[in-house]
Amino acid sequence: MTKFEIRGLRADVLIGEDERQEILKGVDLTINSGETHAIMGPNGSGKSTLAYAIAGHPRYEITEGEVLVDGENILDLSVDERARAGVFLAMQYPVEVPGVSMSNFLRSSVTAVRGEAPKLRQFSKELQGVMKDLSIEPSFAARGVNEGFSGGEKKRHEILQLELLKPKVAILDETDSGLDVDALKVVSDGVNRAKESGEMGIMLITHYTRILNYVKPDFVHVFAGGRVAESGGPELADTLEAEGYERFVKAGA
Amino acid sequence: MTGPSIEPKAHSHGLGEIPFSKLATHGSFDVNDFPVPNGREEEWRFTPLRRLKGLHDGSAQADGTDKLDVDAPEGVTVETVGRDDARLGTAGRPADRVTAQAYTSFEEATVVTVAQGAVLDRPVRITRQAQGGTRFDQYVIDVKPLAEAVVVLEQTGGGVRAGSVDVHVGEGARLTLVSLQDWDRDAVDVTQHNAQMSKDATLKSIVVTLGGDLVRLSPKVAYKDGGANAELHGLYFTGDGQHHEHRSLVDHNKSHTRSRVEYKGALSGKGAHGVWIGDVIIGEGTTGTDSYEHNRNLQLTDDTRVDSVPNLEIFTGEVEGAGHAAASGRLDDIHLFYLRSRGIPEDEARRLVIRGYFLELINRIPVEDLREAIMAKVERKLAEHE
Repeated sequence: MTKFEIRGLRADVLIGEDERQEILKGVDLTINSGETHAIMGPNGSGKSTLAYAIAGHPRYEITEGEVLVDGENILDLSVDERARAGVFLAMQYPVEVPGVSMSNFLRSSVTAVRGEAPKLRQFSKELQGVMKDLSIEPSFAARGVNEGFSGGEKKRHEILQLELLKPKVAILDETDSGLDVDALKVVSDGVNRAKESGEMGIMLITHYTRILNYVKPDFVHVFAGGRVAESGGPELADTLEAEGYERFVKAGA
Repeated sequence: MTGPSIEPKAHSHGLGEIPFSKLATHGSFDVNDFPVPNGREEEWRFTPLRRLKGLHDGSAQADGTDKLDVDAPEGVTVETVGRDDARLGTAGRPADRVTAQAYTSFEEATVVTVAQGAVLDRPVRITRQAQGGTRFDQYVIDVKPLAEAVVVLEQTGGGVRAGSVDVHVGEGARLTLVSLQDWDRDAVDVTQHNAQMSKDATLKSIVVTLGGDLVRLSPKVAYKDGGANAELHGLYFTGDGQHHEHRSLVDHNKSHTRSRVEYKGALSGKGAHGVWIGDVIIGEGTTGTDSYEHNRNLQLTDDTRVDSVPNLEIFTGEVEGAGHAAASGRLDDIHLFYLRSRGIPEDEARRLVIRGYFLELINRIPVEDLREAIMAKVERKLAEHE
């Protein structure tokens, strides 16, 4: 049982040498393991900033607040320590790292997060299994990390990492964007498999309700103006689908 | 030998003026057509002349020897020839005084010919071990029509070397040429590559420069007809006090030709100096040229110097694509962020990204043991700074 808490979080995006802009303006949210929270909101409301700031992206700086995993403030930890503490971010735009093979990267990552190197044969079997579940061609293991992958291939590989690393909290940043229906199903199935253990909390950031047909949320939050503007159950997503974000855009402005 | 003028061609002024390239497509086989450089000339301003060991001012005496070994499969002829061989000097003229000096002074040349239609089952490997002293050389690699070959020129040892590598890629032929500059730390090497591309020919040039005190390598490409494609890849790892200079020139003098130039460098340690000059000319009256050039430099320490100069001259309105990009700097913190966000500790993430930077290019070399040997050398150089 894990409790993931965001308390009074404020963060700036660093634009230039002396230029910054506050994006997060006091975010409060609690996610318990086994729960799926959808974060929905208009473009530019700060949803992705929330994801990146928690992960420790160098372009963002947290100015106030805390992010607790079972009471420990992970903001005191480095980027890689946060990941090893059980926080995983599936990125909207996964980064291409030329020349580093996917298999080498995954083995390094799994070794770091699990605290010991997996047995080679066992790991290779595990990797092949998860790749098959996500309809990823085996040849991808030899390619550079995300190098030349299509948008959909990148998203599948983010979920591949999610399944291998088994985090306590998974933040999925617009994992559904740019996917056709078939790819969306494959990716959603992967998220649902990772959920099955009941030990993972999910923060599902999305602009559209489409993915919520496949990954069922327990709670829905509307994000606007850099904070959670309204919270409710799954029915809130239906209201947003019908009415749009206009009401919140005005309130946030 | 009649030395063509090294001055730009004469042209009329006023209306109807024909533009000419400011880039060096001219040249001469005779060293006396070039004045002794003083270091302020455009083509010499980045090169530390006093470290050329007399190559530039006529004081260098040819007194060196090489241990040369050529391992060639069936379909390949290897010859050692004298100055009077008609095949020498047919791919391009020396563009600077040092390569002209080499042409004026060389005594013997090596000619490697790949027979028409021959598809080699293994690479041609030219192993050249410099045994000290100064030496001037000419190499000719002649790939006849429809042949397919990989040629590796592996260069090690110490001394002062200057010369040319003339490359003919025949009609419909495919050549991958790997040139490895793994000289001893005190060596000097000034070499020009001249490639002549026939119709539908494909050249992939991979230059890897690791050693030497001063290496100045100038790969040049010209086209005889359309449909030809030249890809020039380069990798240099410049350490403490080393000077590595690469000056490419692609002259799209014919229509429907393609080129890609991608040079990547890493620099580490005090006084490490990397120079990349990327000249591209898209000739008057040509159509359908597709060209792109790119230089990246990874500065692993702050005390290194990079000069990166792309020059693009276009004399026609009918271009399919032409562009250039250059970037120099430290390790990309977004690459590091991505790996670290997956739990990989910072020092290990750095190691992975740096090795990836080299491997991306090394992986394109189609000879496995050479890939491994080059990566092992890179590892040794990295160990010095890590």
